[in-house]
Amino acid sequence: MFSETTTQKLKSAGLIVLFFVIWEVACIVFGVKEIILPRPTVIMAAMIEYFPGIRPHLIQTLYTTMVGFGLGVIIGVALGLLIGTSKVAYDTAYPLLVGFSSIPKVAVVPIFVLWFGAGTTPAILTSMVICVFPIVVNVATGLATTEPELEDVLKALGASRWDVLWNVSLPRAMPYFFASLKVAITLAFVGTVLSETVASNRGIGNLMMIASSNFNVPLVFAGLFLLAFLGVGLYVIFSLIERRVAGWAMRKTDLAVA
Amino acid sequence: MKPMARIASAEDNVSLEAPVDDSALRPTPVIQLEKVTITYGRGENAVRALSETTLDIAKGDFVALVGPSGCGKSTILKLVSNLIRPSTGHIFVGGREAGAEKVGIGMAFQNPTMLPWLTIRDNIMLPLKIVEPYRSSYAAKKKTEYRDKAEALLEKVGLKGFGDKFPWQLSGGMLQRSNLCRALIHEPALLLLDEPFGALDQFTREELWDILQKLWMDHRPTVLLVTHDLRESAYLATRICVMSARPGRVIADEQVPFARPRTLDMTYEPAFVTLTQKLRSLIVDARAAA
Repeated sequence: MFSETTTQKLKSAGLIVLFFVIWEVACIVFGVKEIILPRPTVIMAAMIEYFPGIRPHLIQTLYTTMVGFGLGVIIGVALGLLIGTSKVAYDTAYPLLVGFSSIPKVAVVPIFVLWFGAGTTPAILTSMVICVFPIVVNVATGLATTEPELEDVLKALGASRWDVLWNVSLPRAMPYFFASLKVAITLAFVGTVLSETVASNRGIGNLMMIASSNFNVPLVFAGLFLLAFLGVGLYVIFSLIERRVAGWAMRKTDLAVA
Repeated sequence: MKPMARIASAEDNVSLEAPVDDSALRPTPVIQLEKVTITYGRGENAVRALSETTLDIAKGDFVALVGPSGCGKSTILKLVSNLIRPSTGHIFVGGREAGAEKVGIGMAFQNPTMLPWLTIRDNIMLPLKIVEPYRSSYAAKKKTEYRDKAEALLEKVGLKGFGDKFPWQLSGGMLQRSNLCRALIHEPALLLLDEPFGALDQFTREELWDILQKLWMDHRPTVLLVTHDLRESAYLATRICVMSARPGRVIADEQVPFARPRTLDMTYEPAFVTLTQKLRSLIVDARAAA
């Protein structure tokens, strides 16, 4: 009836729906209280009921995350280029970067608040800081692992360092870059919500804090659901871009050569 | 089968006799290695990869470098293409020190090194994107003139219609053909080939010898071919330089008198076999001396 890939996709969609059905049924059968774990239908109802109130928070979180993520990408790529192309930078910046990334980001938020006050700025910065690391590591790895033979092809023609970077190293690093973007975008939400929870009066993180202190558990879960939707949505967008830009590296899947 | 005597025609202007001093008549060499040495490492750990090597290669010549493995054959190619610099000595390409200015060099390695994100055609057109005078008009002509140029070359090597394929969709032999196209597309005066057919099966290899011979006869670039295959060297080259074991230097310089186009049948004739046997014993001795 359907092609093989369509059947495959329908099966996957069915399994996802099944997950929520089991959740719903389990809550009813075992009589789980709403204050412990609300049913998906209740969560959706809460989401619709409170939507006018949720909307500004949603926009705030999305905006903060995108700005933080954008800055993270710019800084991450710049650092990645530097570290991936220079041995000195690799040896000095890598230990610093690993050290910095090992600090729990919750510990950084108070410092940002101290410097910039509560609100949007620390949220942007937290989300930026949290998503820089995977991008730097992947871009640097992609550049540093370029086969010397590929570079020699161009160098023998008298190509400049810039020519080699633009024509070989950068395209070669694209699959690594996109893999890191998918990790980074989900982390960026973590950063934003973390900061909003600690020090902000706007955003989904703040909304969830207030809802939980009012024991409005369905609203807390509605916030979680919205964050999940946003994350999935952005992940999908980057996957689509990746397929266009770096599809050559994925010929094993049906995503290849469109 | 043709008798070998006819093959050494006057047209080739080469002979098997001992070299006479004709330096005044010869054109200026396009490649000159002057007392070049390469040493890796320092102090006690220093390894000499190339001992004082002097080598002149005339314009339009097809020179094969043979010798025991690790004798620095590939090193010479890298020196000429300025990928590495000599420890001492000088290298002149087209009368200028190597790397002093961009010269038209085409290079092909044993590994086809096609960029996996580009189609075969785009891979082949890559040198046009880098090398002048093509570079400045690349954006304007990449869909017209340059594209046709790539297609014409693909047809010559028997890959018509494969331009839109990606490298992973082609076999090893096909990739090596594309590799030759990429080395030739910018019409380089100098072609450097590092065991380009080393990883191929016998039949594909012989087929590509023929293609390379045709390409050389049509375009007449100066070719420097590094190879382990003595039949290959005798089939393709006009001159064969035998190198000693590491640290390498040129120990013998043979002219190959056979007329062109050479055929595979020729490779089984006595004169051809005598030449390859002579090369073989030279290399065996060089290995034993090491």
